[in-house]
Amino acid sequence: MSTETLNDAHDSPDGHDAHHEHHIPKGILRWLFTTNHKDIGTLYLWFAFIMFLIGGAMAMVIRAELFQPGLQIVDPHFFNQMTTVHGLIMVFGAVMPAFTGLANWMIPMMIGAPDMALPRMNNWSFYILPFAFIILLSSLFMDGGGPAFGWTFYAPLSTQYSGDSTALFVFSVHIMGISSIMGAINVVVTILNMRAPGMTYMKMPLFVWTWLITAFLLIAVMPVLAGAVTMVLTDKFFGTSFFDAAGGGDPVMFQHIFWFFGHPEVYIMILPAFGIISAIVPTFSRKRLFGYASMVYATASIALLSFIVWAHHMFTTGMPVAAEMFFMFATMLISVPTGVKVFNWVATMWRGSLTFEVPMMFAIAFIVLFTIGGLSGLMLAIIPADFQYHDTYFVVAHFHYVLVTGALFSIMAAVYYWLPKWTGKMFDITLAKWHFWCSLISVNVLFFPMHFVGLAGMPRRIPDYALQFADFNKWISIGGFAFGLSQLIFLALIIKACRKIGEPVSDQVWEGAEGLEWEIPSPAPYHTFSTPPLIK
Amino acid sequence: MSEQPESKSTAEKPNVALENERTAHAEIPKTRAQMASENAKTAKKLVFVVIGMLGFSFALVPLYDVFCDLTGINGKPSNEAAVYESVVIDESRTIKVEFITRTHSGMAWEFSAQTAEIRLHPGEMGEVEFYVRNPTEHDIIAQAIPSISPGIAALYVNKTECFCFKHQPLKAGEEAIMPMKFYVDPQLPKEFTFFTLQYTLYDISATVQPAVVVAMDNS
Repeated sequence: MSTETLNDAHDSPDGHDAHHEHHIPKGILRWLFTTNHKDIGTLYLWFAFIMFLIGGAMAMVIRAELFQPGLQIVDPHFFNQMTTVHGLIMVFGAVMPAFTGLANWMIPMMIGAPDMALPRMNNWSFYILPFAFIILLSSLFMDGGGPAFGWTFYAPLSTQYSGDSTALFVFSVHIMGISSIMGAINVVVTILNMRAPGMTYMKMPLFVWTWLITAFLLIAVMPVLAGAVTMVLTDKFFGTSFFDAAGGGDPVMFQHIFWFFGHPEVYIMILPAFGIISAIVPTFSRKRLFGYASMVYATASIALLSFIVWAHHMFTTGMPVAAEMFFMFATMLISVPTGVKVFNWVATMWRGSLTFEVPMMFAIAFIVLFTIGGLSGLMLAIIPADFQYHDTYFVVAHFHYVLVTGALFSIMAAVYYWLPKWTGKMFDITLAKWHFWCSLISVNVLFFPMHFVGLAGMPRRIPDYALQFADFNKWISIGGFAFGLSQLIFLALIIKACRKIGEPVSDQVWEGAEGLEWEIPSPAPYHTFSTPPLIK
Repeated sequence: MSEQPESKSTAEKPNVALENERTAHAEIPKTRAQMASENAKTAKKLVFVVIGMLGFSFALVPLYDVFCDLTGINGKPSNEAAVYESVVIDESRTIKVEFITRTHSGMAWEFSAQTAEIRLHPGEMGEVEFYVRNPTEHDIIAQAIPSISPGIAALYVNKTECFCFKHQPLKAGEEAIMPMKFYVDPQLPKEFTFFTLQYTLYDISATVQPAVVVAMDNS
C-alpha cells in the first residue's frame, strides 16, 4: 500500500506501523494512531461539529441575555467571555477544522492520490487541536475567568485590562496556529506532488484549487497571528512595549498586525466554500461548471487582494484620507472576482436540468445569502458609512451572513453531498429537509433584523441595550434558539448516517456527479488509488 | 507513482502554483521513496516560508515605525532634540499651536498646560510650560507621550528641549513646571494654519529601570 511505503521512506525510519497494510486496526487505537486521510478527515469533522455545538451553546447564552433589555442571566464580565470564546471557537474550532476535514477526505480522492503527502504530520496536526481547545475552554473556569477582550484581542484590552488567563489564550492560539500550518503544508504538498498522471492543474476540481490557494494563505498569515499573540504575551507578562504608548509602542499597530492576519483569514474561511459550491451546482444542474478558468483566476485574485485591504477594519482609528481611500477602493475591487463567481454559479444553473436535492438546496441558499453578506460588506467598505456602522450590530449581521449562511452552509452542503460516498448509504432525506428548512428560516430570523438594530445604532459586544431595540432583539433571540435547536436535527442525522442506516447508494451517488471521487466504490474503501488512475 | 509532463503553459497559472513546477513536471516515473523525499523537500520549503512570515510579523514593528516616521501619519513627533541654527523665520504667516493634556487611566497626577495656545511664525522659537503635581502619597515616575493632530504636522515640529525626552519623577506631594522649546519647520505646507499638540502622561513606576529609581532617590 502506497501510504505505508511513503511513511517508511519519509517520516518513519523504523517503519513500525507497517501492520496497517493488512487490516484496519480496531477500537480506539485505530483512531489514535491513524495516518489514513479518511480517518483523519472524519476526526476533523467530528471535532469541528463538537466545537460547533459548544460555540453554539455560548451563542445561546448570549442570546438569552439579550432576549430582553437589562442584566438578567449572566454578569457582564461573563457575557464578554462568551462573545470572545464563541468567536474563537467558531473560527478556529468549527469552520477551519471542518474545512481541513473535508480537505483530508476529498483532496486525495479528487486528484487520484493514495493519501495525503505527509500522513504522520496529518495525525499530529489533528491531535494537537483538542489540547488547544481544552486549554482555551478550561480558562473559563479559572479565577478571573477566561479571555473577555473579544476574539480580536485588541491591545490594550488584552495587554492591560485582561486577566492572567491571557497566557492560556495565547498558548492555545499558538497551538491552533501550528495545527493549521501543518494542515496547510500537507495540503500544498499533496496537491503539488501527488496528483495522478494527467491531472494537470487546470483539470483539478475547484475544491482542490480553492484549497490550494487557501493553504497558501494559511501558510502566509498564521505565523503573523502567532507573532501578534506572542507580542501580546510579552507585553502583558514580560514588560515589552510593542503596543504600550508609555514605552514607545503603539496600540494602533496591534490592529494593523492583527488585521494583516485577520483579513486573509476571512478568505481562508470562505474560499473552500467557493470550491464546494462549484462542485455541487454543476452536479445538480447536469451541466459543466460555467467559466472554470475564470473561477480559478477569481480565487487567486481574491487571495492576492486580501493582503492589501486589512485597514478597512480600522477606518475609525484616524487614518489619513488617502490611506482610507486606498483601502476602500481595494476592498471594493474584491467584489469583482467575487461577483464573477456568483455570476458563474448562476450561469451554470441557467438552462440546466435542475433538481433540488438537499446539497443543492444548501448550495442555492449559500449563493443567495452569501451575496447578502457580500453586499453588506460593500456597504461597510464605504468610508463615511463605515463611521456609522462601525462596531454596531450591522457588522455582526454582515459577518454572520458570510460565515454562517456562507461558510457553515457550504460545509453542511458538502457533508450532505459527500456523506453517501463516505458511508455508502443515503442519509435520511426527510430529516435533512427538516434540517434545511428549519435552519434557513431561523437563520434569517436570527441575523436579518441585526441589520436594522445595527443601523439604528445598537453597539455590538454589550450585555444590555437601549429599550427601543427590545422587539427586534426578542425576534433575534427566538431565531437564535430555533437555529440552535435545528442543528440537533443535523446531529441526529449524522449519527444515523454513521451507524450506516439507510438505502445503499451507487458509486456515482448523484445522477449528475462527475469526478474521480465518484468513480470509486461507495462507501469509499479504506485505501483508494493505491495505483494511480490515468486521467484522460 | 509517476508523473507526466504538464500540458498547460506556465503563463496560464496563477503565481501560487509556480513554486513547485519543477517537481510537478518531472518526466521519468518515480519510485515511492523518490516521491516521499520530494514531498519532504516541498514541505521543507514551505516551513521556510512559515519561518519567514513569523519573522515578517516581528519585522512589521520597526517597519511600522519607519513608515510612520517617513509619512508622519500617526502624529508622532521626533523623540530627539533638534538643533536650532540657521533657521529662516517665515514672517509671512502665523501658525497657531494648541496644547492639551491628559493622564492615562489610573495615573493620579494633575497635569495641565500653562500655555493653552501660542501663535508663532514658522522658524520662530516657542517656549511653553506644563504644570504637574503628584497628589498621591507615594513617589511616581511618569512618561509623557506626545501626539500631534493633524498627524502630518508632526513631521514639521522640531523640539530643542522637551520634558518628554526623559522620565519625570515626582515625590509624594511634589509639584513641578516642565518646559518645552520648539519651532515649526518653515517647510510646513501652506494649508496648515494650526495644529494641536497633546501630551498623555503615563505612570511607568512599575516598569522603569531600577537605575532611574536610584537616581531619583539621590536627587
